[in-house]
Amino acid sequence: MTAATIFSRSTRSRVPGFGLSLGFTLFYLTGIVLVPLLALVLRPFSLHLDDFWIAISAPRVLAALRLSFGTALAAAVIDTLFGFIVAWVLVRYRFPGKRLMDALIDLPFALPTAVAGIALSTLYAPTGWVGSVLAQHGIKVAYTPWGVLVAMIFIGLPFTVRTLQPVLQDMGRDLEEAAATLGATRPQAILRVVVPMMLPALLTGAALAFARGVGEYGSIIFIAGNLPMKSEIAPLLIVTKLEQFDYAGAASIGVVMLAASFVLLLALNGLQVWAGKRR
Amino acid sequence: MKKNRAATDDPPLLRILLCGIAFVFIGLFLVLPLLVVFSEALAAGLGPVWAAVTDSDTLAAIRLSLLAAAIAVPLNTVFGIAASWAIVKFDFPGKAFLVTLIDLPFSVSPVVAGLIYVLVFGRQGWFGSWLTDHDIHILFALPGIVLATIFVTFPFVARELIPLMSDQGREEEEAALSLGASGFATFWRVTLPNIKWGLLYGILLCNARALGEFGAVSVVSGHIRGQTNTMPLHVELLYNNYDYVGAFSVAALLALLALLTLALKSFLEWRYADELAAVHRH
Repeated sequence: MTAATIFSRSTRSRVPGFGLSLGFTLFYLTGIVLVPLLALVLRPFSLHLDDFWIAISAPRVLAALRLSFGTALAAAVIDTLFGFIVAWVLVRYRFPGKRLMDALIDLPFALPTAVAGIALSTLYAPTGWVGSVLAQHGIKVAYTPWGVLVAMIFIGLPFTVRTLQPVLQDMGRDLEEAAATLGATRPQAILRVVVPMMLPALLTGAALAFARGVGEYGSIIFIAGNLPMKSEIAPLLIVTKLEQFDYAGAASIGVVMLAASFVLLLALNGLQVWAGKRR
Repeated sequence: MKKNRAATDDPPLLRILLCGIAFVFIGLFLVLPLLVVFSEALAAGLGPVWAAVTDSDTLAAIRLSLLAAAIAVPLNTVFGIAASWAIVKFDFPGKAFLVTLIDLPFSVSPVVAGLIYVLVFGRQGWFGSWLTDHDIHILFALPGIVLATIFVTFPFVARELIPLMSDQGREEEEAALSLGASGFATFWRVTLPNIKWGLLYGILLCNARALGEFGAVSVVSGHIRGQTNTMPLHVELLYNNYDYVGAFSVAALLALLALLTLALKSFLEWRYADELAAVHRH
């Protein structure tokens, strides 16, 4: 309460409940989120830091991190491209089934990841609806790194669409009109005028999709095949190490992933400031 | 005269092309996975579906999922209201940082979310030996599952309410207070009616994620069949035991829940667009 009484002097608000609401907020946030996260951050320091580096630089760990981060980046790029097209279609065109398509975009948010995982795995397995067609052309998706990519595209799509949609909605058409009167063709107007204006939103959507892909577990493990060095993602390696009671190894990978989350969060905040300045 | 098209309208060919790409992409990545869940579940007719859903282990998993959500969602709702009240109605240093911290659980991997509780409560964790001495079970038991669920659903209500209440300002509350209303009456009679649809929207998303969480809960649950398996974990167990009809039957139940959530969400966005922050952002 002492902190609250100090703060309340500087607030001009006459609304009551400052101490209670902020006190509970800080207590809950500290207990549920901050203290447990601290347990992870401090873990490498409670060992020898050398052990941390040895754990992180093991070939299997490096391969898992490379797969998670590399594939998430590819999925984010694909989601941004197709997310832009979907958002464009939803904002600019009228067509039957538009409202249904709009509602469906959030399916990866709402569908439990384990359900998505077994569905994608069945769909892209060599006997599945999509997998059997691809198998005829010699393409294997399920139980390969491509399966990881498919799951990450699925899970990241709503982030790009839902970031781009409101920005497209609010964006006036006067600059496009100006471009057209100056002789730009329609594709030129889109690529040279619309896309640059949307740049902060495109990057934000991509960063969100990337963050989700890097950390994703449930929808990937069923379709990936989980071969060490080949199709084993970093979150799965954490789980494997925990099952072997290798807490230090699990925590080492966890710290790297948490650091990536922090960097992404900072980047996203920076993007928000940038987008705000552009308005 | 075909030149009636406005300069900012796309030519018909581009229109058809983009619509086609959108339809194929959504169909391939969203519609087919959804269809395959129901098709696989019903592969052998309705009988096996019913048997799988009413199996005692499945019912235990449903009960556990509902129980965990019934504890986690109200707690996060109270937190969301308290946090947005503190953040919107008052000025204090470090406010922007606090908002960022509240969002933090969304950018942390679910597996890392589970891991941190293992490091606190696990056998080699901070309180591990103390908990063993006093025979208190947090990991591989309900408290751990609830904690992991709270973590992954932490920001849902707060991040819906903070922008919504910011838009609404403080004037109405200040007016009520100056007319002699108590703080509680002001919240109950003035604030709550203003935010009720936004609150419901946040709770809806929070609940869907709470019932569907897999990664974080998987790390702390211990996977004891019929005891610490939630619905998503039970899906995994059945699937790994090659009981595909069983796995997809429970999955179909979860998919129906997801569809219901999407329908309610779309309804709220359509009917109460002015009273939701999410739609303002859209």
